[in-house]
Amino acid sequence: MKPRSTLPAGSAGKSSIKTGAEIIVETLIEQGVDTMFGYPGGVVLPLFDKLYDAPINFIIPRHEQGGCHMADAYSRASGKVGVVVTTSGPGACNLTTGLATASMDSVALVALTGQVRTELIGNDAFQEADTTGITRPVTKYNCIVKDVKDLARTIREAFHIASTARPGPVLIDIPVDVSVTRCASDGTEKMELPGYKVRTKGNSRQISMAAKAINQSQRPVLYVGGGVISANASEQMRSLAEKAHLPVTTTLLGLGSYDQNRAESLDMLGMHGSAYANYAVQECDLLIAVGARFDDRITGPVKSFAPHAKVIHIDIDPASISKNVRVDIPVVGDAKIILEALTKEVEFRERKEWFARIAQWKEKFPFRYDRNSSAIKPQYVIEELCGQTKGEAIITTGVGQNQMWAAQFYRFSRPRQLISSGGLGTMGFGLPAAIGAQVARPDATVVDIDGDHSFNMTMTELSTAVQYELPIKVCILNNGYMGMVRQWQELFYNKRYSKSYVSNPEYAAVAEALGAVGITVDKKADVPKAIKQMLAEKRPCVVDFKVEREENVWPMVPAGKSINEMDGLDILESIA
Amino acid sequence: MKHIISALVENKPGVLAHVAGMFAARAFNIDSLVVGRTEEPDLSRMTIVVIGDDRVVEQVRKQLAKIVPVVKVQDFVGQPVVARDLMLIAISAPAAKRPEVLSLIEMFKGKVVDIGQKFVMAEISGPEAKIEAFINVCRPYGIKSVARTGTIAMPRQPKTEV
Repeated sequence: MKPRSTLPAGSAGKSSIKTGAEIIVETLIEQGVDTMFGYPGGVVLPLFDKLYDAPINFIIPRHEQGGCHMADAYSRASGKVGVVVTTSGPGACNLTTGLATASMDSVALVALTGQVRTELIGNDAFQEADTTGITRPVTKYNCIVKDVKDLARTIREAFHIASTARPGPVLIDIPVDVSVTRCASDGTEKMELPGYKVRTKGNSRQISMAAKAINQSQRPVLYVGGGVISANASEQMRSLAEKAHLPVTTTLLGLGSYDQNRAESLDMLGMHGSAYANYAVQECDLLIAVGARFDDRITGPVKSFAPHAKVIHIDIDPASISKNVRVDIPVVGDAKIILEALTKEVEFRERKEWFARIAQWKEKFPFRYDRNSSAIKPQYVIEELCGQTKGEAIITTGVGQNQMWAAQFYRFSRPRQLISSGGLGTMGFGLPAAIGAQVARPDATVVDIDGDHSFNMTMTELSTAVQYELPIKVCILNNGYMGMVRQWQELFYNKRYSKSYVSNPEYAAVAEALGAVGITVDKKADVPKAIKQMLAEKRPCVVDFKVEREENVWPMVPAGKSINEMDGLDILESIA
Repeated sequence: MKHIISALVENKPGVLAHVAGMFAARAFNIDSLVVGRTEEPDLSRMTIVVIGDDRVVEQVRKQLAKIVPVVKVQDFVGQPVVARDLMLIAISAPAAKRPEVLSLIEMFKGKVVDIGQKFVMAEISGPEAKIEAFINVCRPYGIKSVARTGTIAMPRQPKTEV
């Protein structure tokens, strides 16, 4: 097909005639993209042809879902927008889990998908899928570009929408004929988003009310979510906590925003959170939520959540306010700006009794496991890893027990240090996330703390890590079960372990076959040595830790219970 | 409680799917939804009737406003508004009953828009309650079919200078 020009003859001006594919690549570079993840296919060939000599580091995963998780983790580790590109139909469909993961965790991502020729849309053409229809509920915004003239503007809009306000994934679907059509482009096509408003500066009256409530509070708790990390506001949050003297608990995604080694840290709250965080929240008279969304894994039944507390909620998303829990003082805007303003108005309060009470809980109910066991306890592996990496590694996780133990036993001190699928709980996230994080931070030590069944879901991506010589480390806490499913079956289904295990391969052999280093550890005494070797490896390295098979995650708030009604505290006390 | 929500949206493909999908995904119930063009060629207005308590409707409003091509959202609750539905209704009206049916239509300030051998088609507009009332009075005669628009609404203008 001869490409046709959409430009009237003789009106070139300063702009030059480009194909849609050229416009895509140029606009991506203009937006600061130097790294992309993606998989080619029929209808994106014109784009991939332009990528052939573009100054963009391109990572090809083994499955589009892996590519999407890589772009997601790249964004979480770097603070930049992650970019993933796939072909139409199956390529686009395979993105959906990754998009939903990014959407739930508010990650800035731009996905470009190819589409069949405009005139074939709706005809059930080869590799056709209704991509915008399928991905609409799992993206912050999506659209199809049917006119090449709209392409540059739409891509700029996508980056703006993905990275501002509450971040999220944006998908642009591009029919192949749009990629090959020529059009004049001068690189200045302006965004047109009349419906998209970003509120950054919080209402000053609300901020003053919040400050007053903080100054008056006897028993405050600062409850911090992933929003503080995506707003790059961890430092401002720490200043507020220090100046006003507040204990700090974080959600899973908030870990790293506050140094867990500090005395004021209450660590993670919620279903598998610390007893001291959960008790503090239930007894506090003021709960200051920042960039958190009162997820059900945090609150339990909302009626009995923080029953004595006045609630301040600082969030960039107005729809988050009072969605689950009634808020007394909402402040909508950018956490960084609001926290700075708030810090100016708060005063130091000693709150001796409150901190003494918290110290008692911390003393009595720390995260614990049986250190004297002769078996390899999964918690021990993580503690040893934390010690040997001095708590400075970037940690990614699978989903389930491995994820909760990582959250409980690794001590995080810097933002963007933990990369985990919180909202969607996507098993298989850990390995591709480690790859994305390592691409973003080539010099960092990146360790995927994974479960055997989580690892099974995306282990093909190990081959990607080998190809791009990414020295990621994978610690498989191999208990031979879908551990969290088994734990629930043990506790709530009479130990009937229905379909909660498969027959696993020898992971070390798999790793070696794919070109990585494989280590198997089945003796407790070998754990430190294996971790030391893993950390020294220049190649991707998988360590298969044969851990205690039926270890449980404690404490645990059973479904339907308030968060101070934790199970397992007696077990933790008995092994003290 | 019933809320009439008016959303000004960009006239783009996929907007209706986005709005309808959000309602389905968040388990909000739509009583009626009307979309039409406005005085601006780039904008359409969606009038959505939602039944729910204040908290639910507050969420509906915020989630609507969050959709990128949605430009402005208003909840008309507590404000004086003019709200209207339009209905076409085909009523059984054989010769013997026809005068009665025609006088009913007249009583409701409706218009006869089509007359066949057995049926009369009427056009009725007004507040929803009036439409419902007309359907009820027609039932004994036999209703062949009804087509309704759902509610559109606009706030009343201030009557005195403030």
